[in-house]
Amino acid sequence: MRMSAFIARRAAYIIFTLFGLSVLVFVLARVLPGDPVLIMFDPRTPPEIIEQVRKQLRLDRPLYEQYFYWLRDVATGDLGYSVYTKRSVTFDVLEYLPASLELIFLAAIFEVTGAFLLGVIAGRFSYKWPDNLVRVFSYVGISIPSFVWAIIFQLLFTWFWPLFPTIGNISMGIPSPPKITGFLTLDSLIAGRFDAFVNVLWHAMLPALALCLGGMAQDARIIRTGMIENKDKDYITMATSQGLPERLIMFKYLLKPSIIPAITVMGMDIAGMLGNAFTVEMVFRWPGFSKYGIEVMKNVDLNAIVGVVLVIGVIFAIMNIIADILVAYADPRIRLMERGE
Amino acid sequence: MNKSRLLRIKNSRKLESAKRMWYRFLKSKLSILGLVMALVSISTALLASLITPHPEDVTKVTHFERKLLPPNLEYPFGTDDFGRDIFSRTIFGFQYSLMMAGVVLVLVVPIGVVLGLIAATRKGLIETVIMRIADIFIAVPALVLALAICSVLTPSVFNAMMAVSLMWWPWYARLTYNVASSLKNEYFVQAAELIGASSSHIMFSEILPNCLGSILTKVTLDVGWVILIGSSLSFVGLGAQPPTPDLGTMVAGGGQYMPDYWWISIFPAIAIAFIIMGFNLLGDGVRDMFTE
Repeated sequence: MRMSAFIARRAAYIIFTLFGLSVLVFVLARVLPGDPVLIMFDPRTPPEIIEQVRKQLRLDRPLYEQYFYWLRDVATGDLGYSVYTKRSVTFDVLEYLPASLELIFLAAIFEVTGAFLLGVIAGRFSYKWPDNLVRVFSYVGISIPSFVWAIIFQLLFTWFWPLFPTIGNISMGIPSPPKITGFLTLDSLIAGRFDAFVNVLWHAMLPALALCLGGMAQDARIIRTGMIENKDKDYITMATSQGLPERLIMFKYLLKPSIIPAITVMGMDIAGMLGNAFTVEMVFRWPGFSKYGIEVMKNVDLNAIVGVVLVIGVIFAIMNIIADILVAYADPRIRLMERGE
Repeated sequence: MNKSRLLRIKNSRKLESAKRMWYRFLKSKLSILGLVMALVSISTALLASLITPHPEDVTKVTHFERKLLPPNLEYPFGTDDFGRDIFSRTIFGFQYSLMMAGVVLVLVVPIGVVLGLIAATRKGLIETVIMRIADIFIAVPALVLALAICSVLTPSVFNAMMAVSLMWWPWYARLTYNVASSLKNEYFVQAAELIGASSSHIMFSEILPNCLGSILTKVTLDVGWVILIGSSLSFVGLGAQPPTPDLGTMVAGGGQYMPDYWWISIFPAIAIAFIIMGFNLLGDGVRDMFTE
């Protein structure tokens, strides 16, 4: 099977899953107790108006018909009208999503670099003190939820030892760059505003760190295990006895096969940050998608809730496809098998 | 050789393998630490009303004369904005967290395992339907969908449990399906099929016992994960509601008093990490038990 066919099959499968997800969320939002129209108005509104709105939103039709209309709108990029923000959900998504993606991107960079560094160090000095230290870190890191990390970091590094800003994503005194892409970092770079760029990064440090530690701990452990297991393989013994430099053995022959199992897990961890961002963004009052998500959820804004879940589903799926493709590229066994060799 | 002698040999073998499993568990000091931490969590939860100095503080009581006290000898974790003893509330928080994990896993494990077994033994349409539905639930981070469900229902401890359960069964269906699918081609299963054993006999007596190791490992590890999701739900405000002494709610409640009254949030936060870490270490030990 060719790479393009592999990707096409994955994509088709994911579209099917997302379709199922949309049915699930839609049904949950409509079937569960509570009248969506009554939530919109205060109790004194005359019933005629309520009925009119109900007709307008097609909420008087049967469920499958409602779903059909909804799906038609979604296909054109329209996620419906948000009762809470009084704007189109699509507009809100485009407004709030970039800030979260920036945060997750930074956290992903931290996670991957940290996992490699720690994993390689632990694998190189296996069963000595650096390895033990990494193992302790990985147990602690996996066990502490990201919102607990967030609170600890906030307490230590913004209050007791004020190295970083406490909340938000840009300082009050610094004017935001003109909005082009919606990504504050990119817009600052486009406008040549390095002060704003650095300021946003500075704000993102602690939340990104809180987001990535759990995954970093897990990935470091997987890389370490891989390196230690591969050390006993014959080809490493041969390379060592031939007198190849240690650095070459470490990075070329030992690290490469050890990272393959870690890639899938990294992909899942990074995609999972979309979930953990909900708590971390709350602690640091990061004006992102999760903050928006929590607000619409607390106000039972059904269209927006369905939109939030669906958008996260799409991003989650894309990240998993990327991880699959990376694994297929990194692992010659998969690559060759798919060519039928 | 009579039947009772055969039975005795069988039993002694079982004992022998149990001993060997226990030995494998004890080999790692971390597993023992995990077992101790898990036992401490469970026993404090069970004995909460006996060992807490101020059991009345779990409800909505106010003692303004001793509010926001820093940790001291009488109130080891300090007191919160209502003057309630945080130590007592944290101990009761263990109760809620473990109850959450217990209820969710008791609901989810049998359903997921049975669905996974059915999918693995009945190929074709049933398999496709079960496994594709499972995929749909796994298509977003569990926390996101659980949050969405909790918000549509009214946020409460009970609804949080239901939402997390709805999210969790696919993982067991998947795990059991994967293990059972590979077991299906083993000779002992094919032999049972040849003799004409019923499909329920094959599912529950031939395949299931061989899946138990993986399932039990996952159950142990999942105690921590369910508690993590549960506390995240209530931290965000869509799970247990105050004055319930839920650890996530307590951490969130202290947020507005940071940094001056840091103890309100920090001690419940450490408690969450303690439980999760205990069950993670224990789970690794359980995995060692089942890997020869």
